[in-house]
Amino acid sequence: MKNILLLIFLLVVFFAKSSFALIEIDITRGNLNPLPVAVSPLYVESKSSEALKELEVGSEISKIIETNLLRSGLFNPLEKDSFVQKPDIAHLKPRFEDWKLIKAQALITGKINITDDKLRVEFRIWDVLAAKEIMALAFTTVPDNWRRIAHIITDKVYERLTGEEGYFDTRIIYIAEEGPKNRRIKKLAIMDQDGANTKYLTLGNELVLTPRFNPTNQMVTYMSYFRNLPRVYLLDIETGVQEVVGEFPGMTFAPRFSPDGKKIIMSFAKDGNSDIYTMNLETKIVEKITEHPAIDTSPSYSPNGKYICFNSDRSGYQQIYIMRSDGSNAKRITFGQGIYGTPVWSPRGDLIAFTKMYKGKFYIGVMRTDGSGERLLTENYYQEAPSWSPNGRVLIFYRETKSGSQGEGFSATLWSIDLTGYNERLIETLTDASDPSWSSLLLK
Amino acid sequence: MVLRNSIRSVLLVIMATIILSACATKTTKKVGDYKKSKVSQISGDTYVAEETVKFLATGVPDRVFFATNKSILTTASRDTLRKQAAWLRENKNINVTVEGHCDERGTREYNLALGERRANAVKDYLMTYGISGNRIATISYGKERPVNTGSDTLAWSQNRRSVTVKAN
Repeated sequence: MKNILLLIFLLVVFFAKSSFALIEIDITRGNLNPLPVAVSPLYVESKSSEALKELEVGSEISKIIETNLLRSGLFNPLEKDSFVQKPDIAHLKPRFEDWKLIKAQALITGKINITDDKLRVEFRIWDVLAAKEIMALAFTTVPDNWRRIAHIITDKVYERLTGEEGYFDTRIIYIAEEGPKNRRIKKLAIMDQDGANTKYLTLGNELVLTPRFNPTNQMVTYMSYFRNLPRVYLLDIETGVQEVVGEFPGMTFAPRFSPDGKKIIMSFAKDGNSDIYTMNLETKIVEKITEHPAIDTSPSYSPNGKYICFNSDRSGYQQIYIMRSDGSNAKRITFGQGIYGTPVWSPRGDLIAFTKMYKGKFYIGVMRTDGSGERLLTENYYQEAPSWSPNGRVLIFYRETKSGSQGEGFSATLWSIDLTGYNERLIETLTDASDPSWSSLLLK
Repeated sequence: MVLRNSIRSVLLVIMATIILSACATKTTKKVGDYKKSKVSQISGDTYVAEETVKFLATGVPDRVFFATNKSILTTASRDTLRKQAAWLRENKNINVTVEGHCDERGTREYNLALGERRANAVKDYLMTYGISGNRIATISYGKERPVNTGSDTLAWSQNRRSVTVKAN
């Protein structure tokens, strides 16, 4: 009976969705049959200036799109060697039989034109089986922005073929780590979602931890041990101006922005007790949200700002709680085996991601906001601090390896995994890395 | 399996006893210490030996150790802290900072809070022995500054510590 119900449900879902697009991808389950897609190199118009240099930009952009699509786990970009049609002709009118022959279901073509220091990129998505164009768009930008164009095109492809918002035109803020384990140098670093364009925002003179973006991605809140006073800071990425958040007579830590970006929520430790506070960045008004002799930390707002999930050991061990944003009605939601930390509310509002510690192993998992439906996505020696992609489909987190007795073999790396538990991938960084936080889409 | 383990440990004890009794005239080690070798420096999850310990002054150890996720002071810790308090009473011009540290087996943010709780447990104890709170600052490093860089129970037990350092 249960099976029949499930089948009916699946059929309904299938038919409901199939009216929406001809080719489509179901991203709600692990995808074991990624969609074969051909990304034709973008054709560079001959009248473009600096023709030689830009010739490569065309194929570089297509390579970035391919890498993005491959890493999403939902697409299978086909080998370019098998392409028979030239990029310029394919962009005008593809010979669908040729693309069908190499089993492509979707084809992406494009054209680049550079005039007066402006880069104009147009692209089309073709449904090969239905033999028709399903999307055409053009962007104009400064030439230096060509990598972003590749990410924006990927977002459009992802959106058109999955029906969900993309997450490729985004950045990761994280902590770059170097040096021996007991004298680790840590710097604030920012990079594109694919690991390109790494920039360091601090010099490594003081210990910095747990950076997080504000909703517009222009500000970052993080913790710094500047002058040996561990405090929450606010940094404007564009101007480089930074300031201490509030005037607390002790350590402040675990900061995050409220969904409207107006407040920072964080922990303040005094006399051995950590409670949760907010500070309004405009009015500077500080509010105490929790008042409990236990440790209350790692607060994270629901996307509508009405609730806060947080970590507390008021039951004796680390567990996850939720409360109203004024601090009322706190209730514990984790009752599984082991202990739980680092809750973070999904941008869709329906799930909370967390770190679970059980029998000497560390897990990244998700559960509903009432604590039901716990699903563990990945198990490892050490991993923690999940952060959601802006569309709520992917989590990024960091892992540390077990080291030898002299600290040898130690490493810290960034990883991503789909909400489904499939498609776990290393995110390559120039140095060791930890505490990743995903931005929202840069272009909305 | 359990049976086999217990047989093995009984055998170990017997072997250890034989080895020890062979040189009983010289050694003062107890059988239990010998049997566990390195592990003997941990008692009930808390590090008890002194090999990593530095000194604030002669005979005054600078650090105390904690059990996993705990900030309770053990008997040995309280003994150490009474020595620190006595020394601070005699050296009234010296102020200290108590650093709180954790092992690497916990989430970063929780560990920052836990380190702060440990440092304050030490501060509170020193204050009950007559040291003014104004002379004692606290700082938590969470798991950021391990003293032992290994990834084993000995390293973790040595890293769950508070360290009292001179601030002036």
